Amino acid sequence: MVELTLPKKSRLTPGKTWPKPVGATNLREYHIYRWSPDDDKNPTVDIYFVDMDDCGPMVLDGLLWIKDNIDATLTLRRSCREGICGSCAMNIDGNNTLACTKGVEEVGGVVKVYPLPHMKVVKDLVADMTNFYAQHEAIQPWLQTKSPEPQKEWLQSHEDREELDGLYECILCACCSTSCPSYWWNSDRYLGPAALLQSYRWLADSRDEATGERLDDLEDPFRLYRCHTIMNCTQDCPKGLNPAKAIANIKKLMVERKI
Amino acid sequence: MSDIESKRPLSPHLTIYKPPVTMVVSIIHRITGAGLYFGILLIAWWLVAAASGEVYFNYATAFMNSIFGHLILFGFTWALIQHLLGGIKHLFWEMGYGFEKESSKKIAWATLAGSALLTIAIWLAGYAVN
Repeated sequence: MVELTLPKKSRLTPGKTWPKPVGATNLREYHIYRWSPDDDKNPTVDIYFVDMDDCGPMVLDGLLWIKDNIDATLTLRRSCREGICGSCAMNIDGNNTLACTKGVEEVGGVVKVYPLPHMKVVKDLVADMTNFYAQHEAIQPWLQTKSPEPQKEWLQSHEDREELDGLYECILCACCSTSCPSYWWNSDRYLGPAALLQSYRWLADSRDEATGERLDDLEDPFRLYRCHTIMNCTQDCPKGLNPAKAIANIKKLMVERKI
Repeated sequence: MSDIESKRPLSPHLTIYKPPVTMVVSIIHRITGAGLYFGILLIAWWLVAAASGEVYFNYATAFMNSIFGHLILFGFTWALIQHLLGGIKHLFWEMGYGFEKESSKKIAWATLAGSALLTIAIWLAGYAVN
């Protein structure tokens, strides 16, 4: 359901301004969303100053610098620091992206960091991904076949394999789904761009033989058709993939099978 | 839901998200679509006025010809053209074209520029004929 404002206990209140690092001349200001389950306070936006002469070039470097040097309680997910694990997905400078591949240079002025939009917050920048992962599971992201199993592997031509380019690279970071207003208002029933791109990855796979069943599952006013081509998913995907196009291709398959 | 889960706040969305032009045009498409209902009502009112006799028709036409009436009609023209161009954009999208990151942004800007230009052109033509 469309709710333009945040619930009372979710509203932002002014936070703490942390002292500037002593002796540093090349400072960068970070505004970071904070919330802790350990007290009863509303979320805040805390202000930090990062010494850029002592810190790497990416936003993730800045966040870890703050954690190491100013405030060890700042909580975030991160792992690979090279854009392949999807853990450090968050809203930086107004758009969803990976903190590890977003350069501080790309951001003009203050670096504003929030958790992925319209998600339940576990702590600080950590969003609860339970529903997102359940939706991925719901589209049954594995090969389904009816033919007798071949003695070796299921074969695929080079051309058929190329159909999966731009789909298999998804790292499930949730930048796309949490950028989508349709997903904000209806994440309980709309699968969202990430799960739908994954669904199309199996629909487009020449080896998969469950196309009919997969489309049956998506034939629903909400699961698929809540996509209104707002296109935020495609604008924000940090891997340069195109969920909006994948969803359009599913809609095309739906029409084609009726003709 | 456990106590700790129900306590979790909802992260900010609309207020912190920087809308790409595609999102802005999508919202405009909805607003202009709703606006067209009122525009059509206005036309219907004018037709009803025409059907109910000269006196009332002259009154309705005078209202349409006032500065306020022109402003409303100008807005209606723009809403109609913007929604029409948006509709054509959607037609191409239904066929699977124009989904790339950069081209979708260019198309969104094109509908805005196109509707502004066409609206002004229509009104200039209207004034010229008058």
